[in-house]
Amino acid sequence: MTTVRPTRTEPQPSRGPITDLLTRGGKGRRITWLILGGLLLFSIVRTISGEDALTSSSTMSAALLLAVPIGLAALGGLFSERAGVVNIGLEGMMILGTWGAGFAGYQWGWGAALVGGVLFGALGGLLHALATVTFGVDHVVSGVAINILAAGVARFLSELFYTDNAAGGGVTQSPPVSSKPPAFSLPVLSSGPDLLGDLEQKHWFLLSDLAGVLRGVTSGVAIVTVLAVLLIPVTYLVLWRTAFGLRLRSCGENPAAADSLGVPVYRMKYIAVIISGGLAGLGGVFLVFIAGIYRENQTNGRGFIGLAALIFGNWRPGGLAAGAGLFGFADALQLRSRTAVVALLLLVALLLAAVAVWQALRRRTLQAVLAAVFGAAALVGFLTIDELPPGIVSFTPHLTTLLVLSLASQRLRMPQADGLVYRRGES
Amino acid sequence: VSVLRRLAPALLAPVLAVVVALVISSAVMAALAVNPFDVFGVMLDFGDSPTQQVTAMVVIVNRAIPLFLAGLAVAIAFRMGLFNIGVEGQYRLATIVAAAVGAAVSLPAPLHIGLIVVVAVVVAAFWAGIVAVLKVTRGVSEVISSIMLNFIALGTASYLLTGPFRGSPEGASIISTADIPPSGQMPGLNGIFDVFGLANPPRQLYGFLIIAAVVGIMVAVLLNRTRFGFDLKASGMSPSAASASGVNARGMVIKTMLLSGAVAGLIGLPDLLGNTHSYTTDFTAGLGFLGIAVALLGRNKPLGIAFAALLFAFLDRSLVPLQIADYPSSVVTIVQGTIVLAVVVANEIARRVGRRSAAGGTAAPAGGPAAGDGGTGVVPTPPPGSTDQRQGAQA
Repeated sequence: MTTVRPTRTEPQPSRGPITDLLTRGGKGRRITWLILGGLLLFSIVRTISGEDALTSSSTMSAALLLAVPIGLAALGGLFSERAGVVNIGLEGMMILGTWGAGFAGYQWGWGAALVGGVLFGALGGLLHALATVTFGVDHVVSGVAINILAAGVARFLSELFYTDNAAGGGVTQSPPVSSKPPAFSLPVLSSGPDLLGDLEQKHWFLLSDLAGVLRGVTSGVAIVTVLAVLLIPVTYLVLWRTAFGLRLRSCGENPAAADSLGVPVYRMKYIAVIISGGLAGLGGVFLVFIAGIYRENQTNGRGFIGLAALIFGNWRPGGLAAGAGLFGFADALQLRSRTAVVALLLLVALLLAAVAVWQALRRRTLQAVLAAVFGAAALVGFLTIDELPPGIVSFTPHLTTLLVLSLASQRLRMPQADGLVYRRGES
Repeated sequence: VSVLRRLAPALLAPVLAVVVALVISSAVMAALAVNPFDVFGVMLDFGDSPTQQVTAMVVIVNRAIPLFLAGLAVAIAFRMGLFNIGVEGQYRLATIVAAAVGAAVSLPAPLHIGLIVVVAVVVAAFWAGIVAVLKVTRGVSEVISSIMLNFIALGTASYLLTGPFRGSPEGASIISTADIPPSGQMPGLNGIFDVFGLANPPRQLYGFLIIAAVVGIMVAVLLNRTRFGFDLKASGMSPSAASASGVNARGMVIKTMLLSGAVAGLIGLPDLLGNTHSYTTDFTAGLGFLGIAVALLGRNKPLGIAFAALLFAFLDRSLVPLQIADYPSSVVTIVQGTIVLAVVVANEIARRVGRRSAAGGTAAPAGGPAAGDGGTGVVPTPPPGSTDQRQGAQA
C-alpha cells in the first residue's frame, strides 16, 4: 500500500532471531502472524474453558452479520473524513437508512429496501454537507443536530405512515419487509457433505476452530452481505487508486492546495458526505434485513461504534474492517452465550500476562506491574464467575472497543484538515 | 437603547433560529397534511383555570431544571473544545448510586440531602474522569470513549437496579430502588405561589431550583471571573497559544472533565429528591443528549442555557397534550432538532456579519459554539484570528 505515510528506509538493528521473524518482512507477514497468533490464542482459551461458542460457526456467522452494518457506517465515515468532514451524524443517517429500508421494504421487497435505505441515508448526508460545507457550521455540532433530528423524523414518519396501516406496524415499527435477500452456502465444504461442519464438530485443537471460522462465513451467507464486504476493497481502490480518490483525499489533507490545483473542493466534499450518508444508510438496511422489520432504536449506537472502528483502523479501509470485525464478534458472542463472555476474561488475562512480560523485558516496571495486576484480576474473574448478569454482558462489545482503543498504540494519523471548516479564500 | 444595541447581536441569532425552525417544521407538517397552526395552538394552550395554568408553569420549570444542569455540564466541556457526549451515562449512573445510598442511610434532613448530592457528584465526576484520563494518557478521543462509557454506564445501572440495589418486591411491574426516607426528600417551593397570591397547584415546584440557580451563578463566575475560566477558554480557542502561555493542557483536560462530570451528577437529582424518591426503570432518560442541544442553543453561556432550557421544557410539556389531541407528538423532537441546526447556522452567519462589520478593526470573535474537532481530538481548532498566518505559512 503506497501512501503518504513516511516510509522507514534505514535498516533497524537486529533484535534477536525471534523478534526478527515476527516483526520483519513487511506488512503481509506481520498481519499473517497476527491472525495466526489470534487463532492460536482463541484455540487455547476454548480448549481450557470448554466454551465451544467462542469459535463456533454460528457465532462467526452472527459476527459477520453484526459486523457488516458497523463496517458500512465506518466506510461512510471514511469517505467523509478523508474529504475533511467529521461525521458524528453517522448514527442519524443510519437511523434514516433503517426507516427508509423499512418503508420501501414492506411495500416492494428487499431490493427496494436497499434503494430506500441508501436514499434516506444520503439525504441525511446532504443535510450534513449543506450545514458544514455551505454554511460552515462546526462539524460535530451539525452531526449532533442531525442525530437528534433523524430520531425525530423517523418517529414522526412512523406515526404518520404506520399507525392505522393495514399491513401492520405501529408508532415504533414498520410492517415486516415483504421478502428476504437470497442466501447461499459454499457447496461441499459448508453444505451437502458439509466437510467444515464435520471438522468443527470434532473439537480438535486449532483445526476445528479454523473450520468454525471458515464455515461461519461461508454457510447461509446472503449475497448482499458478500457485496457489502466487497465494498471495502472497492473503497480502497476508489480512494487510493483513482484520480477521483486522490482529489477527494486532497480535500481532507490540504483543501487550499487542492483548490489552487483546480480541485472543486466544495463539490468534492458534497459528494463525499453524500456517499458517506448513503453508506451509513446501507448499514441501516442490513440491520433491517437482520430483524426483517424496521424497529425504532434499531441502530442502538452502531453509527457511533462505526466511528470508533474508523478511528481504531487509522482512517484506512483494512483497519476499519478489522475494528468492525472485532466489534461484531464481541456482539455476537454476548448475544449467543453469556458464559462464553466469561471465557473472554481468560483471553484478557493471557494477553495482559504477555504485555506484562514484554514490558518487564523493556524495564518498564510500572507498566509491567499494572498489566500483571489487571491480568491477575481477569484470571480471578474467570475462575470465580460462572455467568455474568445480563446487564453486564450487554456492554461486552463497548467495553472491548474501549479496552482495545486504550491498549492499542495510539500512532494514529487522521487526515490533516479533518474537522476544519474550509472557506474558499479565507484559509 | 445602548443596552439594546449591545444585546441585539447576541439575541438576533437565537431568535432568528427559532423563527426559521418554526417555519421549517411548519413546512414539514404541512407537507405531510398536518395543520401546523393547530399543533402550535395545542402547544400554547395552558388550560383555562388559573390552577391549570400555574400547574403548566410548574411542569415547565421542573423540566427546565435538569435540562439547565445538563446544558451547563455540556457547556463547561464545550468551552474548552471538549465534547462530553457522556453526560447521559454520567448522570444515570450517579443517580442510581445516589438513590441507593440515600435509601440506605438515615441522617438529619440537611445532611441526608447533602450526602445524596455529594455521592451523585462524586460518581459522575469519576465517570467523566475516566474519559479525561484515557484522553490524556492514551490519546483516546473523548467522543468515542464517552459514547462507549455511556453504554457501559447504562448496562451497569440496569444490573445494579435488577441486582444489588433492587428495592421493589419480586414481580412488580416497575423495578425500583428502595425509597429514600423523608429526611432525604427535598421540600417543594410552592410557598411562593401563596406569597404572590397565585393559585397553589397540586404539583410541587422542585426545591432543587435554588441549588441549580446557585450552581449556574457559580459556573458563570468561575468561567468569566477567574484564572481557571480564562485558561479554560484560552485552551478551547487555541491550545497552542494556551500552552505557550504556561497552561498545563493535560491538567486542564482532567479538571474540565471532572467539573463537567460533577455538574452532570446533579441532573437526575431534581426528579429524584423532589418527586420519585427512588430510581426506577422508567427514570427520566435522554437528558444528557438534550443537554447538548440546550448548550448549543444557549451559546455555552449560563444565562443563555437557562433560557434554552425553558424553551425546550416548554416544547417537552406539549408532548402529552399533543398525544391527547391526536397529533404526532414527535413534532416536538423535530422542532428541537431544527432549532439546533438553525441556531448553529444562524450563529455562523451572525459571526460572519459581525466580522465583516468590524472588518479592519479589532474584531471580537463573537463566540460561535466553541466545539472543537470532536471527531478525533488530535488537530487543534483553528483560532479565529489565525487564518492569515495559516495562509502565509502555506504560500
